[in-house]
Amino acid sequence: MPTPTASRPLLPSGLRLLNLGFGVWTVLVFIFLYLPILVLVAYSFNTSKLNIVWEGFTFRWYADLWSNVPITRALKNSLIIASFTTVAAVVIGTGGAWLLHRYRYRFSRTLQTLICVPMIMPEIVMGISLLVFFTVINLELGFLTVILAHVTFCFPFVLVAVQARLQGLDPALEEAALDLGASPLKAFWLVIVPCLRPAIISGALMAFTLSMDELIITVFTNGLGSATLPTVVYGMAKKGLNPMLNALSAIFILTTIAFVLFSSHLRKLSTR
Amino acid sequence: MQALPSTSANSPHARRPRVWGWVLLAPMIAWLVLFVILPMVILFVYSFCTRDDLGRVVFEFTFDNYRRVGDPIYLTILGRSIAYAALTTVLCIALGYPVAWFIARQREAVRNTLLLLVMIPFWTSFLIRTYAWITILKGEGLLNGLLLAVGFIPEPLTLLYTPFAVIIGLVYAYLPFMILPIYGSAEKLDNALVEAAHDLGAGPVRAFSEVIVPLTWPGIAAGVLLVFVPAIGMFAITDLMGGARVPMIGNIIQNQFSKAFNWPFGAALGVVFTFMFILAYALIQRRGARDPHS
Repeated sequence: MPTPTASRPLLPSGLRLLNLGFGVWTVLVFIFLYLPILVLVAYSFNTSKLNIVWEGFTFRWYADLWSNVPITRALKNSLIIASFTTVAAVVIGTGGAWLLHRYRYRFSRTLQTLICVPMIMPEIVMGISLLVFFTVINLELGFLTVILAHVTFCFPFVLVAVQARLQGLDPALEEAALDLGASPLKAFWLVIVPCLRPAIISGALMAFTLSMDELIITVFTNGLGSATLPTVVYGMAKKGLNPMLNALSAIFILTTIAFVLFSSHLRKLSTR
Repeated sequence: MQALPSTSANSPHARRPRVWGWVLLAPMIAWLVLFVILPMVILFVYSFCTRDDLGRVVFEFTFDNYRRVGDPIYLTILGRSIAYAALTTVLCIALGYPVAWFIARQREAVRNTLLLLVMIPFWTSFLIRTYAWITILKGEGLLNGLLLAVGFIPEPLTLLYTPFAVIIGLVYAYLPFMILPIYGSAEKLDNALVEAAHDLGAGPVRAFSEVIVPLTWPGIAAGVLLVFVPAIGMFAITDLMGGARVPMIGNIIQNQFSKAFNWPFGAALGVVFTFMFILAYALIQRRGARDPHS
């Protein structure tokens, strides 16, 4: 839809043609992005074990999924790990963002860069470095090591999300609270945190999703009893097609859609 | 993109920290030192170690691991990883740039809807999205089934476990990571500049290549960092789509830790990879810094 609105001036004619071409291109790219996942969702209801022919509609694979012990156990593990990770990431991320906002530390800039390192560092390097670290300090691989690893790459995302919100916050809010006799802690808890709530919630959602989806770092830091859903899915996908995986994928995709819609709703609330 | 270090985080009212400011920040600093810096230092030390017959790491200084990285076998794999990652990046830019530009030029309501449509694959697990392609490309998969049914081909083609499949998997996984940062730059671009280029006689191609692309360079740079670097070290997609036939540096590193139990050599590969990452990062940042609009 290359129709310009009144507020936007018309593009030069040559560029308008270019824009039309880009529009067609965009549609094609969206088909490329969505066709495979739509096919996956559709075929999760197929009676046939193979993807080639459509034999009939069934919920069988979903039922199988529910009674599959490795998968349900992995789901439970993933939920436990993601929950702990989210709580820790929110506490460290929100606290860190607030402190970096409120105080002028001597090495603020260096610290800011260091915080970004876990977000941009290649996952495999982070995975193997944590593996050797946990081995050297003799910490047995399991839930704890996975949670420690997940918190490390999740809290910077919360921190950055909260920082973005803090930049638009009126500094007078905290000053007023302090002038009215609140302790700094009370001012933070009763005034600042409520203002940051949308950013904290969207940061928490991000941390939860990142933790639920993380594969590479988890492969290196988990133990025998702490297999997460992505590691189990990876193992199954390596073996080839499995209709249960289609069903599981469909659930993943629908959950992600719900998550994205909810976050965008939050963002709308926070910018209002 | 948020992944790049932002400018000062301070509010203009920020104070110098006294005792509490430091005490409260200490846990976060400790966390970063303990789980980011220290592990990297240990990895670096490991890369100079040897191992005994049982595969245990022995702290005995050696350069052998790095000498082994220079072996033609590994250099070939390293070269292939970089080539695949580069091709993935180029394809992502080619596919994603027009999309990002187009979305940025829309009315707000349309723009937000289209952005949501990019966010959904962005947040969907890459594992699931890779599996979607396995169901399509596999010998008994959808594409072969379709082609057979139409009578296009007499027997199933080998589509999975080929370089082609690896590239499709990588592009499919990383495309949203290219679109979003480019969109971020394209959205800030002032239409008046494009019109000025046109008024000064630039055709669409020239306006695009000499005005639009340089102005959106920061977004492209951020996208390259988010696609190229992870794609070099990716082992799961290459494993699933390429099987053992197209090993990448990530697969070799993973092998050293999971199967071969040669941790010092794996550490050396990891260290080399980290230096490549820092180099790529510095180069792209410098290129971005030279641009006056970044």
